[in-house]
Amino acid sequence: MDRYAMTRRRTVLGAGVAAMATASGLARGQAKPPIRIGSTLALTGPLSATAQIHKIVGEIYIEQTNKRGGWLGRPLEWVLKDDQSKPDLARTLYEQLVTADKVDLLIGPYATGAILSAMGVAQRYNKVLVHHTFGIPSLAKYEMAFPAWSTGSDPATTVPNKVFDALAKGPKPPKTVAVVTSKFPSIQFVSAGAREALKKRGLTEVLFLEWEFGNRDFGPIANRVKDANPDFVWVGAIGLDGNLLLDAMKKIDYVPPQHFYLYPAPGPLVSLPEARNALSVTIFEEQPPFINAPGAAEFINLYHERASAAKLADISVEVQAAASYTAWQILDAGVQAAKSLDDKAIGTWLRANRVDTLQGKLRFDGTGNYGDDLMKIKQVQNGKWVVIWPKEFTHGGAALQAN
Amino acid sequence: MSGFALPSATLLAQSILSGIFVGALYGLLGIGLSLSWGLLKQINLAHFAFAFLAAYLCYQLALLGVDPLLSLALIVPALFVLGAALHAAMARFSITPFNSLLLTFGLTGIVEAVIQSIWTADFRKLESAYGEQRFKIAGLFVPLPELITLLLAVGISLGVWAVLRYTDFGKALRASAEDAPIARAFGINQRRNALLLAGTCSALAAVAGVCLALSFTLAPSQIYAWIGVVFAAVMLGGLGRAMAPLIAGVVIGVSEAVTMAVTAPSWAPLVSFTLLIAILLLRPGRVA
Repeated sequence: MDRYAMTRRRTVLGAGVAAMATASGLARGQAKPPIRIGSTLALTGPLSATAQIHKIVGEIYIEQTNKRGGWLGRPLEWVLKDDQSKPDLARTLYEQLVTADKVDLLIGPYATGAILSAMGVAQRYNKVLVHHTFGIPSLAKYEMAFPAWSTGSDPATTVPNKVFDALAKGPKPPKTVAVVTSKFPSIQFVSAGAREALKKRGLTEVLFLEWEFGNRDFGPIANRVKDANPDFVWVGAIGLDGNLLLDAMKKIDYVPPQHFYLYPAPGPLVSLPEARNALSVTIFEEQPPFINAPGAAEFINLYHERASAAKLADISVEVQAAASYTAWQILDAGVQAAKSLDDKAIGTWLRANRVDTLQGKLRFDGTGNYGDDLMKIKQVQNGKWVVIWPKEFTHGGAALQAN
Repeated sequence: MSGFALPSATLLAQSILSGIFVGALYGLLGIGLSLSWGLLKQINLAHFAFAFLAAYLCYQLALLGVDPLLSLALIVPALFVLGAALHAAMARFSITPFNSLLLTFGLTGIVEAVIQSIWTADFRKLESAYGEQRFKIAGLFVPLPELITLLLAVGISLGVWAVLRYTDFGKALRASAEDAPIARAFGINQRRNALLLAGTCSALAAVAGVCLALSFTLAPSQIYAWIGVVFAAVMLGGLGRAMAPLIAGVVIGVSEAVTMAVTAPSWAPLVSFTLLIAILLLRPGRVA
């Protein structure tokens, strides 16, 4: 479906929602126009697998909000366009949303490249932009852009240190490390941080390799990791890289003693038998204490239902879904507190206050409006992701395991 | 530890083996493209989409309990018909080689959208008994799916080579590509032959697709990941040649794998495309 057709369909859907809202409002004698929130998502193209999660979450949030009476007594309407996984198209579509569709508010696209494009447009028109999963905090220069993914402002330092802290307390603290990584921008700098962190801790780097995003053949990389024989493999993985590398390792009968994957496609990795004891980072998992957050249980149930209907391979709520829901919670909190749709008022309030979200309380007063790094370390155990670090976020005695 | 490193003999040998296996897949994907381009003068980008469509059909049939190799009996005829139908439509409107590139690029997008609407944009992995099996020969690991791909690639390439060289049908195809009016004057039914060849090319894409499904995780957007390197193999080998895509594919696969074993994996595409440019410059006569 081309983007114009998508826009037409959204317009018709939006008109339908608005008509229903108007009809019900008229019935109560208080018709109010909807608040129109504009965004794009990578509904087609290479990022579409993950963007589908954000679409489902957005639809759930709009539905829940409208059931509760909307924002400021007005129903919400989501004007969603397909950026086809292209940052340049996202920029054009965000321009359209502001100038032609004249939406009231914006919310971010997926992923880092598209968010950066949207951020530029939002800055040009002084619009608040709450974004879901922006991977390079140092590039978030716009004062009214607010991150929903609690990576902290320096994940290149905090994430590797958290991983090495967890390993140091585990059953086999590593002495030798292989760092193999994609050159995808939001991955590469964190992997560079891992190299720094391991050196500072006196660990030995026995292998460092980089590959281009979209690499198909992981056989030689697996061969080199096996040849280097490290105690721990840091994989700067995005999407399916982890699966492809583990498939290649399996073919040469190699099992890494301990292994970490930065931003893997969570469903495919957890379902892979070779991913046993694989580590990764998370902000939310379907386990205590995360599920005790207000609204979490209802959201998880709805998400399971919709993700099943959409035939997603993995229907559990984890990083992407939680960050997406958080983005809507942040915008919601800003609008309710400012009691207006004025972007400046919303932005000012968000910078000065903390917001309760699925991930916990978020603040936006640090560099690039980032707050604390709330990431946790999770591990594939018995075919499920379980949080193993920090200890206060573990459940049922879960602890780091090694192969 | 980055940069150049002297690999161990085992690492080098295993990497070369990996390169041969992936090169065989390049060749298998390239042979239909090469024949279509060289003999039909159609640059069929939809060839890659057809391969992925076949891969997804194989995945779906496997979910229903059909053995991936047995599924070829259903998928190959289906793709043959699809390829022949596409050619018939292109012939009906006298599509030029350049326009065939544009048209089939559009068709690729349509097939990608169809795949995505049926199987979603999520990654799919075919689980089969083949995937679990591997042999260890002289210290080197040989995975069965890759071995099957290599054997199919060699067998099919030899078969196509023999048909083109020794059968009347093959000679007619080559004659038509060489000089269509003269070939027609000799009574060659070019329309029928072209339909058969177009169908065969798509059938070959189906075989490549099943091999893809056996070895790789599938996602609709991955269609485009193969285009550059397979085009390189086809160009390197020369158009309309049966064995050339396989040989060129293995050369590229091995050069990529050795590059990854010796230097950085991110250098691999640079090496393969530099190789292509160098050979095209040094042997321009190889380009049809």
